[in-house]
Amino acid sequence: MESAVEPDQGDKPSAAWLRQRRMRSIAIALILVALTGMFYAATIIRIGANVLNRGM
Amino acid sequence: MAVRTRLVSTELTCLTCGVALTDMTQILPEAMPADDWAGGSVADYFSLMKPRVMTLVILTALVGIVAAPGHIHPLIGAIALLAIAVGAGASGALNMWFDADIDARMARTAARAIPRGKISAEEAFTFGMVLSVFSVLTLGLLVNYFAGAFLAFTIAFYVVIYTMWLKRRTQQNIVIGGAAGAFPPMVGWAAVTGGVSLESILLFLIIFVWTPPHFWALALYRMRDYGRVGVPMMPNVSGPQTTKRQILIYSVILAPLGVAPYFIGLGGLTYLATSAFGGVVFVWYAWKLFQIREDGREADAAARRLFGFSILYLFALFLVLLAEHTMRIAMGG
Repeated sequence: MESAVEPDQGDKPSAAWLRQRRMRSIAIALILVALTGMFYAATIIRIGANVLNRGM
Repeated sequence: MAVRTRLVSTELTCLTCGVALTDMTQILPEAMPADDWAGGSVADYFSLMKPRVMTLVILTALVGIVAAPGHIHPLIGAIALLAIAVGAGASGALNMWFDADIDARMARTAARAIPRGKISAEEAFTFGMVLSVFSVLTLGLLVNYFAGAFLAFTIAFYVVIYTMWLKRRTQQNIVIGGAAGAFPPMVGWAAVTGGVSLESILLFLIIFVWTPPHFWALALYRMRDYGRVGVPMMPNVSGPQTTKRQILIYSVILAPLGVAPYFIGLGGLTYLATSAFGGVVFVWYAWKLFQIREDGREADAAARRLFGFSILYLFALFLVLLAEHTMRIAMGG
C-alpha cells in the first residue's frame, strides 16, 4: 500500500497544497495558544490561595 | 511528477458519496498529479477522531464527572472532559491507522480520510500518538495521576487489546473490546474522586452490556461487509440466529442493569421511569428481531430498528442522569 505523498523535492507546491498547509499551521497555532492558556489557568486554580503561603 | 496512489478496493459502493467504486476510480485515479493534491485538511484530521463516537464519550464522561461525590473546579472539570474526549479521539485515529486496509474494503468505512488518500496511515499514526500522549499528560498533570493512568489504560485497551489483538481473531471481539468504550464514565468519576466506586462500575457495566447488542445489530445488516474483509463478527461465524439469541440475552441482562442506578441512589425517579421504559422497549425490539427466522429485508429492518433504538436508549439514560445531577448541583446538593 502506498499512501498519499507530499510533492517531490524540487516540485513547486500547488496553491491548494499551500493553502491546506497554511490552514493546518493555523489550527496547530491556535491549539498551542489554547493549551498554554489552559495550563496557565489550571495552575493558578490548583495553587489557589497557596500562592501566598510561603515559608519565611 | 509526484503521484499519489489510492487504496485498491473492489465491488463496493460508498455510502457517503453514493457511488460505486468503479465511479470512485474516476474520482480518484491511480496516479494523480501533485497539482491536484492538497493533502489532508483540518476537517480530515478531525474526522480521524471519530467525532460521533466522541459525542457519546463526552456525554458518558461528563455524567461520571457530575455524578461523582466531591467537588471539582468547573475549569478543571472541563479540562478533564476535554482530555478524555481527545484521548478517545486519539484511540479513533490509531484504530483508523491500523485498520486502514480493511476500512478501504468496507462500504461503511470506505469514505474515511485514509482510504480516500487524504491522509496517509503514517500521518494518522503520528496524529493519534501525539494526541494520546498530550491527553494523558494533561489529565495526569492538571487533574490527577490516577485519572491520567486510567485514560492511558483505556487508550491502550482500545488500540492494542481490541483493534490489534481481538478484532480480527475472535467473534467475541466487541464483547471484550467494548470495555474500552465503557471506561469514560469511570475516568470522569476518577477525575473527581481519584478512584473507582460501585457507582462508577455500574455506569461502566451499563455501557459494557449495551455494546454487544448494539454492535451485533449493526453487524447483522452489515454481514457481507465484515465477511469480505475477514473480521469475525458473530453473524458471520455463528450465524444470524445465534446472534439474535445472544442479542436477546444481553438485552434481558441490560434492562434491569439500566434501572439499577436508581436503587443505589445514583439516579432519581425520572431516571427510573426512563430506564424502565427504555429497557422494556429494548427487550421488545430484541425479541421481535429474534422471532424473524428468515434472512432478508424484514430481518435487516428489525436489526436497523434495534440498532437505532440502542443509541437512543443509551443517550437517554445518560442525558437524564446528567440532568438530574446538574439540577442537584445547581440546588446546592
